[in-house]
Order: sequence, then structure tokens, then C-alpha cells
Amino acid sequence: MFRRLPEIETAAEKVSFTIDGRPASARAGDSVAAALLANGVTACRNTPVSGAARGPYCMMGVCFDCLVTIDGTGNRQGCQVRVAPGMAAETQNGKREVER
Amino acid sequence: MTQPSRGGEYDVAVIGGGLVGSALAWGLARSGQKVAMLDEGDIAVRPSRGNFALVWVQGKGLGMAEYAGWTKQSSDDWSGFADLLREQTGLDVAYRRPGGFMPMLSEEELQARANTMMRLHNQPDMIPYPYEVMDRETLRKELPFIGPDVVGGTYCPLDGHCNSLRLLRTLHKGIGMLGVDYRPNHRVESIEHRDGGFRMTTAGGEIRAGKVVLAAGHDSARLAPMVGLSAPVRPQRGHVIVTEKTAPFLHHPTVYVRQTDEGGVMIGDSFEETGFDTTLQPGISSAIAQRAIRFFPLLGKLNVVRSWAALRVLTPDGFPIYEESKTAPGAFVATCHSGVTLAANHALTLAPLIAAGGLGDRFAPFSARRFHVPQAA
Amino acid sequence: MSAFDFDIAVVGAGPAGLAAAALAASKGASVVLLDEQAEPGGQIYRAVTETPVRDRKVLGPDYWHGAELLGPLRDSGAAHWPGSTVWSVARPREDGPDGQRRIQIGLSRNGAAALLTVRHVILATGALERPFPIPGWTLPGVLGAGAAQVLLKTSGLVPSGATVMAGSGPLLWLLAWQYLQAGARIDAILDTTPKENWRAALPLLPGFLRSPYLGKGMKLMLEVRRKLTVIGNVTALRAEGGLAGEGVLKSVVYTRNGTEHRLPADTLLLHHGVIPNLNLANATGCAQRWDEQQRCWRPTTDEWGATSVEGVSLAGDGAGIGGARAAEEAGRLTALDALHRLGRIGREQRDHSAAPFRAALDRALTGRAFLDTLYTPAEAFRVPADDTIVCRCEEITAGAVREAVRLGCSGPNQAKSFLRCGMGPCQGRLCGPTVTEVIAAERGVSPAEVGYYRLRPPVKPITLAELAALPKTDADIDAVFKH
Repeated sequence: MFRRLPEIETAAEKVSFTIDGRPASARAGDSVAAALLANGVTACRNTPVSGAARGPYCMMGVCFDCLVTIDGTGNRQGCQVRVAPGMAAETQNGKREVER
Repeated sequence: MTQPSRGGEYDVAVIGGGLVGSALAWGLARSGQKVAMLDEGDIAVRPSRGNFALVWVQGKGLGMAEYAGWTKQSSDDWSGFADLLREQTGLDVAYRRPGGFMPMLSEEELQARANTMMRLHNQPDMIPYPYEVMDRETLRKELPFIGPDVVGGTYCPLDGHCNSLRLLRTLHKGIGMLGVDYRPNHRVESIEHRDGGFRMTTAGGEIRAGKVVLAAGHDSARLAPMVGLSAPVRPQRGHVIVTEKTAPFLHHPTVYVRQTDEGGVMIGDSFEETGFDTTLQPGISSAIAQRAIRFFPLLGKLNVVRSWAALRVLTPDGFPIYEESKTAPGAFVATCHSGVTLAANHALTLAPLIAAGGLGDRFAPFSARRFHVPQAA
Repeated sequence: MSAFDFDIAVVGAGPAGLAAAALAASKGASVVLLDEQAEPGGQIYRAVTETPVRDRKVLGPDYWHGAELLGPLRDSGAAHWPGSTVWSVARPREDGPDGQRRIQIGLSRNGAAALLTVRHVILATGALERPFPIPGWTLPGVLGAGAAQVLLKTSGLVPSGATVMAGSGPLLWLLAWQYLQAGARIDAILDTTPKENWRAALPLLPGFLRSPYLGKGMKLMLEVRRKLTVIGNVTALRAEGGLAGEGVLKSVVYTRNGTEHRLPADTLLLHHGVIPNLNLANATGCAQRWDEQQRCWRPTTDEWGATSVEGVSLAGDGAGIGGARAAEEAGRLTALDALHRLGRIGREQRDHSAAPFRAALDRALTGRAFLDTLYTPAEAFRVPADDTIVCRCEEITAGAVREAVRLGCSGPNQAKSFLRCGMGPCQGRLCGPTVTEVIAAERGVSPAEVGYYRLRPPVKPITLAELAALPKTDADIDAVFKH
């Protein structure tokens, strides 16, 4: 669970995007992983091995736990992609599908 | 496991803990032999860890019909072999035999391949097996994702694949359960034939056994002459690429692209004479990737998560050597570059023969003497 | 047409990379600084050009020092390529037509892969947090303290809800202090520093008293201890999820003096120090050694950062943990040596120019031994119990690794082939150290004897299409198609 520091909230340059189809809002400069956490989403995927829930762990691109589907492309590291207006972020369930 | 040997007496010492060695050790132990399996350490050449995991029949044996027959036998026995392993260890090596494809990117290639398959089947003493030369339309019904460049291919219902890393692990678990003494970090420095048996000097101490089986891959070349055998093998490098785990979409193995039971797509391969160098060349990986995308365009989006180059153990004609030494009876050599496909044979056919005392005439074509005979004109 | 795209490529835009690139370029070499982030700063100075946390008292003066490295880079003339992920560094089989050594870098930029040819590479790939395997550490809601610090720096996010921090090491105290300045709520800090470590570190205390960390570190820690709940001598930890498979963190259980206590938690931040991020060096073929004092693997380097691979040097925490100020000085020393190796400056000039940097490096490293010894995690956290996941990607437990050792695996590469640990996308970054230590403990030998994963490129994922588009020679194509 994470919240934005108040002094930043008021100065924020907001970016509208969607999480599993639901409208959400982030700050320009947020990574997708940070944006998910800021929107109260703690688990961003289920693993392909056991289906266990996972969320971001390292925020620096080495753990590969923050994998999400972004604009239809699966297995993107959410912490390495900046949120953009209109971006569609989706929870990744299990293995990536070959056509997305 | 790392304690020096106290020189116990074994019925058989198997030198090499890869797919050939461990399949033989498993089969020997099941035949009632007291076995030691001597292996190198954590970092070793180990093609058993770098292969493509195919259990493949089609196209093999042009130039030696006996090899085609030997291959088919192993493929036919593979399912039973996997069942035995699962019953014994609880581990499933994910053997599947849905039939396999070799797609082609030009009419010339397809025609050449069809000719090769015909010549193969027309060899004397050849045991025929079913296969099909398919045009593009027929192929597309079986492999709907095939790319526009593919003109057709050959199919054989006997082809399949397994999880070869799990196979190695399962064999190791199985041999442990059968009481085989597995000794890693025991590289064999020399072998002496004396007193009707064999004495091996190893990095972990001395080992004595009544029989010795050389299944040491590349190192068999060095060891074979010590016991009056010959194993003229050379390394041949092949690159392999693996993608991230993907939901199942490719249900048949093809010779260059297959999807594993874990979900990753394995892509190969290349043939390079570079000695023992396993440094990856990006240009070769690139060519392999490009070809795979021509076969299945939708692979392009997938991420490559791992890549390696492994060294095939190649005899001069590419066919196995199975032989018992004449000057040091009880010493055997077994070398091949299809340790996955032939694992069933090694475990269920070859090992019991070694345990019983001899290979018999059937294996005469596989003797290394064939390399010393001038080719017939 | 030059066979070389640049003289020197520097990989990583943290303090070591920024300083190395700036110095080398300012002396006239053609330099490219490659970094996967959109903005420079690495991890320690992450977001220093764009952090929304403008109040300098929150992140503190050490962080803001990073901004001072940017001007020299800009003025030096070095090319800076952000958004470039390096996935391979290698020597091609043939040297260039002039007989000179070439190093080839595989990188991915804007979704396209490319190969750069340079004369020398300086890896400044930095560090990552030491894995902290406890039962439940894979639950959503459990993050590294470093991760939480990134969230603060890049996005101004702080934990809300019930928050527990656990572990030991300077970064843990720093983050707690930064949260205090920001007004974030922390329910407890569970200090796992083993009692015995104080005794072991005592002889090294005189050195630490001369250290620059002493003053600020003490001040910081005292303020945190005064204002937050700090529970010491924690010997075991586990993270628990909700019942009925809700799947996210709900509570943390800690053991102290043999007694278990449970704390509600929405967020658990773990930290046991940082270790070199050595995947790229390893895949390049650089030799590594086990550092008993820091209890981690580090690429083997000489006093200039040269590795066992000719033409490849390493500077900063990627070569061994020394902290941000040490990384900067090491970057400058490595740059001078690279210039010397390329024939641009003589040995005497290199040594003369190096003197002030070496002195500054020595000062920055003063007291390191004390910190390393004090903050070595207890064995229970490096060699966890059977049911603890050690490989997060493939979900392999410590117990499975021990069983593989009993089956005859004497090292991590055999274990990897048997169990798949290390085969996931993280390529062992989060499991390698643990797997080595579990095998070592099970075999009763040192980690040095057990060894580490042998890695190969690509060290970061690239798509098959990117790989397919790289240049190929006729020999490459023949190797694949002619058989």
C-alpha cells in the first residue's frame, strides 16, 4: 500500500490510463509499476509456474516480478516502462500468450 | 560425495555422468550390476545440458541402415522407458510423440529432402517407417501458425520430444535409488587393465571395477586408447535460443523450433567447427532467430531469456560407436550425439548386453574399425 | 570508415559511470555512456534530474550530491544514450583489419537491437539488494527497501497502511530517516543485526571512527531510534498472506529471544545490504571471486578496475561494494587506466593524475570493513529453511536444492540443470547467492569452492525479432543454413 506525498499530489501532472479496463490516474514520470501501486494494486500478476500472486519487488528491473501486459504486449517489466496517456495496463495471468 | 574413494570393487565403472553414462548406469544397475558412475564437477563441457531434447527418427541413417533401425527401436521403446522412470522416481520426463515436422523454405530444399528420405528408405537392410512429404496446404492444417515462406515439409509420426534436463535429473535420482555410487569431481586420469579388471586413477582417488564403460563424451577420445579402443570424436558447436514461458501453441516438435512442457520455445541450431570454444556469436544467434521467424512469424514478439552454445560429440560419419575392446575385454565404449533419442536403447538394450558380457554381432557396424577401412569406391 | 563506433563505452549512468565517462571524454577520447534508464543517476541517484521530491531535506544531502556529476558529463562531450539496454559484451572472433582488439556490445534501444564496436568497455553496472529469502517473501506487499526508496525518489510515494521494515545495513536506516522527514508512517523496524557481529566488528572500530559515514550515519540512526519503534536481535522472520488465498501480505511474524510475535502489515520492506550486480561481467567471461568479508561474489579486478577479460574494466559497486562516493573515484581511476591502455596517456601521466582520486577513494572506503562485518546477515537469512523459496522465478525451494546436492550436484550449474533454479528471466540475480550458500552449507565447504552460475548473453531480454535483425556475416549464415 502506497500513497503520494501530499505536496506532490497537488502539483501532479496527471496521466489517465486503465488498469484491467478500469480508469486510473498516475503522475507523469511514474513507471507502470509505481502507477499500479499508487492506485492500490498490490498484485500485478500470477506466476506461470504455480499461479501464485506477485507484485513489484525490486523496482530496478532485476527481479522480473512486476511483469504486466501493456497495450496488448505481455511480459513487460512494469518498472521499466513509463506510464503514458491512454495506456492499457493489464494483470498478467500465468504464461504470456503468443499472440499478445 | 566429495570424499576420496577407498578403492571399492565394482562390477562396472561407467565413466561419464551425462545422458549416455547415466542411462547406461541405470540399465546396468537394473540388471543387477554393482555400478560406480564417475563424473566431472559443476563446470564441464556437458552437451547433456545443452541439447534440443528431440526424440527424433526421420532422416537418420543415410549411410548406415543399422543406425536408422537402432534409432527407430529406441523411439518405439521410449514411452515404456518414460513410464518405468516415472514409476520408479515419481518424476515425469514429459515424453510426447505427436509426430514431428521439418518445414522447408524453398521448393529446391523440399525436393532435396524428399530425395534424401527416398534414398534413405531404399537402402538395403532398411526397416521402413512411415513418413510423409507434405505440401504447404497439408502442412498448414497441422501447423496453422506456419509463415508465408514455408512451402511444405516432411512429417514422421514417430518423432517426439521430452524434457531432457528432467531426464538427466530423473536418471540421476533413479540410479541413486538403485544403489549406483555416483562420484562427481572424479575425472579419470588413466585406466589400467590388470588382474582381469580395470584400475582407474581419478581426481578423487582410485576406483577398481571388473568392467569399464567409456561414456565420457568428448573425453572418450582421450580415454579409449588406454583400453585398446578408439573413439575419434570431435566437438561441433550448435547455438540454441530459449524464449520466455508462453501459453502452449506449438504442439508438434519441429527440427528447429519446439515448445517445451514448461512453455518456453527452444530454437536452434547451427553447425560450427570451432573446437571447444562455446562463446556465443550474435550473428549466428541472429540467423537462427531469423529462420525461426520465417517458420513461425508470431515468434518475433517473444523475448529471448536464455541462450547457449553446446558441443555435439561427433564421430567422423556422425553415427555412434559401440564396441568392446579386443585387447582389454570388459572395456566398452559408447558414444553418440543423440543421447536423448537413444536413451531408451542405452538403458533397456545396451546396458543389459554389457551386464551379460558382450555386445554381439549386431553391433559390428558400430565398431570404430569402420574408420580405418578405406572407403569402397 | 572507422572500424570503431567509439573508443570507450561506459555501461551504467550511476556515479561510477558518470564520472568515468566525463573524465575519459574530457581527455579527448570518443565516449558513449549507455544506460537503460531514461535519466542518469543509476539507482543511488535515481531520478536526481526529475524527482518530484523537491524539498531537499527529505532525500538528504548525499542524494543531491549526485546532481553535481551531471554538469561534467554534459561538458565533456561524451555521447549519452539513455534507454539503451546492454545485453551482451564480447570479443568477436577476429580482430579488426588493423589487428587491433575490438569489443562488441549488443544493445537494445527503442525496440531495436544493434551492435556497437568499441576499443574498451567500462562496466559500471552497480549493485542490487542482497536476496533476503524468508518464508512468504514472494507475497505481493513485500518489497526491497531499495525498491521503496526508488518509489520515493521517482514518484514521491511512501507506504501507507501498516508498514514494517526489516533487516540491517545503512540503507535501511537511511530510508527510515527519509520517511521520517517525509512524514510517512512506519510501525516497526525489525533489526536483524546479529549480536555476535558487534563483537566481531569491534576490532575494526578504530578505522570506522575515521570514516565519513560515522558522523552522518550515527546522527541518522539515533534520530530513527528516538522516533520509531526499533526491535533488535530479531533472529527469524516470515511474511504471511491472508486466509482463503487472498494472496497478498497481511502480517509479519518475527522471532526474538526465542519468542514469536506477529505484527499486522500491508507492506514489508526487506534489506540486507547490497551486492554487485555481476550478470553482465559474468556473461562477458570476467572471472569472479568470493569475498568472505562482504560475503558476496565480485568480479576479480586489479587496482585500476581491469578484469580478466582484456579490454573490459569495472568500476563502482559492480566491482565490490564501496558506496557512491567510492564509486565516483573508482570511475575516474578506471577511465584513466582505459586512456592509458588505449595509448592516449603514458603510465606516468596516468599515475600522476590518479593520485588525488586514489586518495579520495581511500578516504571514501575508510570504515568499510567495520560496516561489512557489523552488517553481515545471520546465516539463517542466507541459508534458509527447506520450505523457503530461493528461486522466485521458477519457485524452487531451499529444500529442493539440498536434495539435488544429495543426488550429487556439487555446484549451482548442475543444480540449475536439475531444478531450473537460475533459469528464469532474472538469470539468478535473486537466487544465485542463496543457491551457492545453500549448496556450500549442505556440502560443508566454502562458497568459494562451490562456485556460481555461469551466465551467457543476453543478460537482459530482447525479442526474437530484434535478435533476427542484427547483422550477420556469410560465415554466420553458412553455419546455420548449410548442412
